[in-house]
Amino acid sequence: MSRNDDISAKGDPEDRNRASPQGDSTDPLSLNRRATLGIGAAMASSALSVVPLRAQSPQVTALPEGTTAIRTLVNGRPVAVTIDVRTSLLDLLRETLALTGAKKGCDHGQCGACTVHLDGRRVASCLTLAAKADGREVLTIEGLSHGDALHPMQQAFIDHDALQCGYCTPGQIMAAVACVAEGNATSRERIREYMSGSICRCGAYVGIVAAIEDAASRMGRG
Amino acid sequence: MQSFRLIRPRTAQEAVSAAAQGGAASRFIAGGTTLYDLMKLNIERPGQVIDITGIGELHRIETAGEELRFGALAPMSAVATDAVVSRDHPVLAEALAKAASQQLRNMASVGGNLLQRTRCPYFRNGAGGVYPCNKREPGSGCAAIGGLDRSQAVLGTSEACTAVSPGDWPVALVAVDAGIELLGPNGPRSMPVDALYRLPGETPQHEFTLAPGEMITAITVPRRNAGRLSTYHKIRDRESYAFALASAAVVLELEGDRIAQARVALGGVATRPWRAPAAEQMLAGQRLTPELALAAGHAAFRDARAGHHNAFKLELGARTVADALIIAAERRP
Repeated sequence: MSRNDDISAKGDPEDRNRASPQGDSTDPLSLNRRATLGIGAAMASSALSVVPLRAQSPQVTALPEGTTAIRTLVNGRPVAVTIDVRTSLLDLLRETLALTGAKKGCDHGQCGACTVHLDGRRVASCLTLAAKADGREVLTIEGLSHGDALHPMQQAFIDHDALQCGYCTPGQIMAAVACVAEGNATSRERIREYMSGSICRCGAYVGIVAAIEDAASRMGRG
Repeated sequence: MQSFRLIRPRTAQEAVSAAAQGGAASRFIAGGTTLYDLMKLNIERPGQVIDITGIGELHRIETAGEELRFGALAPMSAVATDAVVSRDHPVLAEALAKAASQQLRNMASVGGNLLQRTRCPYFRNGAGGVYPCNKREPGSGCAAIGGLDRSQAVLGTSEACTAVSPGDWPVALVAVDAGIELLGPNGPRSMPVDALYRLPGETPQHEFTLAPGEMITAITVPRRNAGRLSTYHKIRDRESYAFALASAAVVLELEGDRIAQARVALGGVATRPWRAPAAEQMLAGQRLTPELALAAGHAAFRDARAGHHNAFKLELGARTVADALIIAAERRP
């Protein structure tokens, strides 16, 4: 799988905790001030360092209540971060790591806009506890291209006008790449069945199916 | 969502010990496709969540012996595409493949799916919603009875609850007399999948017969009960990625041109995975004809009670059974 190193997890670690600068209690990602400071310290010391991915989940005793420390590989980059235990993988990606490609549609696993790959399998990141990404690899739309060279599926979506508003497109493309890899892009009927978890409100399905058929042949499967 | 203590055990025994220490507020989480979803709606409010997905021993799929054995944490997608399951046991593979989407099947486990909770819109309306729900808040009433009940059950209902049991996989497992292995504070035990489910009666908040702190560790299927002459037929509002309006799991054993034994279970129409003995008895010893198949379908719904908007399920359900019987019989080599 290709990786793009130009995204994610750069800059001041505090910036990545910007969702709750004042500890706003109505924000689902919010923490109290003390917890926020603790997280900042944890991230400053470890967020950009390479860590052994397969390490056993550490029982860190100094963490603030209601938080957990995770180490994961996102688009090939190691990420070590302390999060509120309630955080979804989608919110971790979007709000903490500033990877806003995966979209929040329904937030209940019904629309597919949040689809990413976890250890190579497509999942709904909105229904995945971020804590479950600990020790695992995440691939998002941001990590799909080789630098400026688009992934064949991305190019096919452009070539076949497989979108209108584009909101569902990152999820569609991540689902489509997996659909081909699983061997489920062998016919239009099968593509439709195995892409049914990704809803397109604009109704660009004809283009989406054509794009997947096209990309499947370029990807050497299907 | 209220905060919780997250625990990540490495063995089933550790998980069960953690649950015992955590008491009633403790919940196991596998894929999380039901539990985390309902936590977001404030319907589930666990104080302690035990993530069991790190327990390697519970992921195994074994298909070599006299019974098929699926570790509780095997993903639905993995069992659906297992070479032996998809070749020799279509009723199982189809029930899994027609459930949810590939994204969700990659997350959801075959054990956790047995504990999926209802999609009744009044139940999911959530804590603090305007609609009462006896399952969500015992004693508050049922907004579905006399309400928009198109999706509600017609079999196994009570004055307190008509919520449909949403699963496909449990229906197939009940049809094939599958079992589950459990581990709890008092050690391991096993029981039929059929015995896992309660009728709503006056206590619809209690859906399962698991003891406190008990977890499902494996599912076992007698190989001979889930043969090639089988299917899981599912009728939905759209062709894919929807819950069943009506479904039927059917397995046939033939002797010559006659049915030696038929196994029939229903989904999408009942408050729990629903075995249909009246249909099975009507089919035993008979030659299958379209007329007999439809009669058996109607027999399966003899005790059904419709509400205001779901009477169509009686005829749709009967025809779903009839079609499933024909599909299964046509798989004869």
